Amino acid sequence: MTSDTKPYSGEQAQGAPLPAGGPNPPRSPEPEADVAPVGAAPIGESLAKDAWRRLSQNRAAMLSLGLLIAIIVVCIVGPWLLPWGLAEVDWNAFGTGPTLENAHYLGTDANGRDLLTRVLYGGRVSLSVALVASFVSLVIGVLYGAISGYLGGRVDNYMMRFVDIMYSLPFMFLVILLMVVFGRNIFLIYAAIGAVEWLDMARIVRGQTLALKRREFIEAAHALGVRDTKIVTRHLIPNAIGPVIIYVTLTVPKVILLESFLSFLGLGVQEPLTSWGVLISEGVDMMESAPWMLLVPSIFLALTLFCLNFLGDGLRDALDPRTR
Amino acid sequence: MLIYTLKRLLQAIPTLLIVITISFFLMRVAPGGPFDGERQLPPEIEANLMAAYHLDEPLPMQYLRYMGNLLQGDFGPSFKYKDFSVTELIMQGFPVSLEIGGLAILLALIVGLPLGIAAAIKRNSTVDYVVMGTALTGIAVPNFVLAPIFALVFGVLLGWLPAGGWNGGALPNLVLPVVALSIQQIAYIARMMRASMIEVLGSHFIRTARAKGLNEGEVLWRHAIRPALLPVMSYLGPAIAGIITGSVVIEQIFGIPGIGRYFVQGALNRDYTLVMGTVVFYGVLIVLMNLIVDLLYSALDPQIRYDD
Repeated sequence: MTSDTKPYSGEQAQGAPLPAGGPNPPRSPEPEADVAPVGAAPIGESLAKDAWRRLSQNRAAMLSLGLLIAIIVVCIVGPWLLPWGLAEVDWNAFGTGPTLENAHYLGTDANGRDLLTRVLYGGRVSLSVALVASFVSLVIGVLYGAISGYLGGRVDNYMMRFVDIMYSLPFMFLVILLMVVFGRNIFLIYAAIGAVEWLDMARIVRGQTLALKRREFIEAAHALGVRDTKIVTRHLIPNAIGPVIIYVTLTVPKVILLESFLSFLGLGVQEPLTSWGVLISEGVDMMESAPWMLLVPSIFLALTLFCLNFLGDGLRDALDPRTR
Repeated sequence: MLIYTLKRLLQAIPTLLIVITISFFLMRVAPGGPFDGERQLPPEIEANLMAAYHLDEPLPMQYLRYMGNLLQGDFGPSFKYKDFSVTELIMQGFPVSLEIGGLAILLALIVGLPLGIAAAIKRNSTVDYVVMGTALTGIAVPNFVLAPIFALVFGVLLGWLPAGGWNGGALPNLVLPVVALSIQQIAYIARMMRASMIEVLGSHFIRTARAKGLNEGEVLWRHAIRPALLPVMSYLGPAIAGIITGSVVIEQIFGIPGIGRYFVQGALNRDYTLVMGTVVFYGVLIVLMNLIVDLLYSALDPQIRYDD
């Protein structure tokens, strides 16, 4: 799996309108009175409020959200509460299983380091990579897509042709090469993954922009003499935000997966730092004698991905007017 | 159609050029060289080696030389696997990777499509929830977690299947890697098939088909499935790319002598030519696969014609 896969495209056809098939009129005024159409002044309830109301009715999504927040909080706070440090060696416990003794609640690894502590530290790294890299891809993708869609014509044509070329690159290989070349630096991982994942975002935003730019409020802004840059940043991007949010929640798990994939191959973050991918790959080596070393980080990783996917699905249902 | 195919092939040239150029220079910028071993070579020998492989020339010169050789289909010699040319290594590894990847795609389609169709027909039933829940698990648990767990459970604990190794491609050795590789794609394909099937089942021509008195089976087989397959078809390109990248880890975990392993090993060993060879090879493969998928798509969907 990976960077090259565009897994959700089928369902995005319902959720986030993909640009290629021509802009479908997004969020045209809804018949329901309590819903404010995007782009118009909010009447009654704002889109965010409405979306939140719909999301909170989705039990699976809310459960995922709660669990996700719990995982994040535990990863941030947990390491301070545990008696063991990230690289601290317990000379009395090499590769022991989960036990209440010595506070090794989830066991230790082969070097006597507390597994729970390491998983939580690893979670910090994995989650921070996910956030930063998704943000990088968000910024690049939104700006690129908005500019391309707004300018239109030949510029749009060239910019999208470039995206097409990028799509057909075997990206995973280039990312692996990048890691090999520049050493395993965490900031590079942020940038490299972000630089890979912006393509879908650019396409989605472009499609939105194409549909939006013919609307009256953009014309009005033009008539008032607002500069192009301002129209893009103040009017176009805020109005294309719905599909963007959906897509970001789907990007985050992809990024986590990509980071763990790289770490698994030994190309991710470096000792003494660790991440879920690194821990999983250590677990694989010790699988037969110490299965908990594989299972614990795998469960954390899978649970996080699971929640993010559920949340993404829920958000899509909540934000897409057509699923009502 | 022919003109379209030629056009697409022409468009692939700049793409491949970019891939080759980027990976060539990335590889050369990397610190370290192919001859840094545990043992420091005497400088004279190293200089001779460098000269033998033309590594002492300026970079642009090397680049041109590489491109020239590539045009003649020569990937050059491998630096680490002495006495082997990169072409030989790729030709050795590719059938293995192809077998695993091809079987995985096939399995993904054979299992994923019916699951998606069943979930769509029985929408919001227990079947639907079970299939979609399982699919989400398949997406959430990455293949590099599944593969070792499979190896542990079925290989070590139960002892039903070999936990690794290739053994000339014997059937028992194939099962675990192929299943591990395909699970994620099964999940994606089932989800997409369900979504597009639901959309098709809600459309007017299905209502018409029912109204004229066709039974449900005929409605499904004759009218619903073909249009519903289209989005899944267009996903096959990315799916193949995903299987290819996935095979990099799967080959590593199960110790399978395919191309994926050469790539990772080559990158770590600074085996310039081997890495370049695998990147170029996969680049061509992905471009070709995308083209084939697009052509298949037009064969399935009469609305799409590539005439111009």
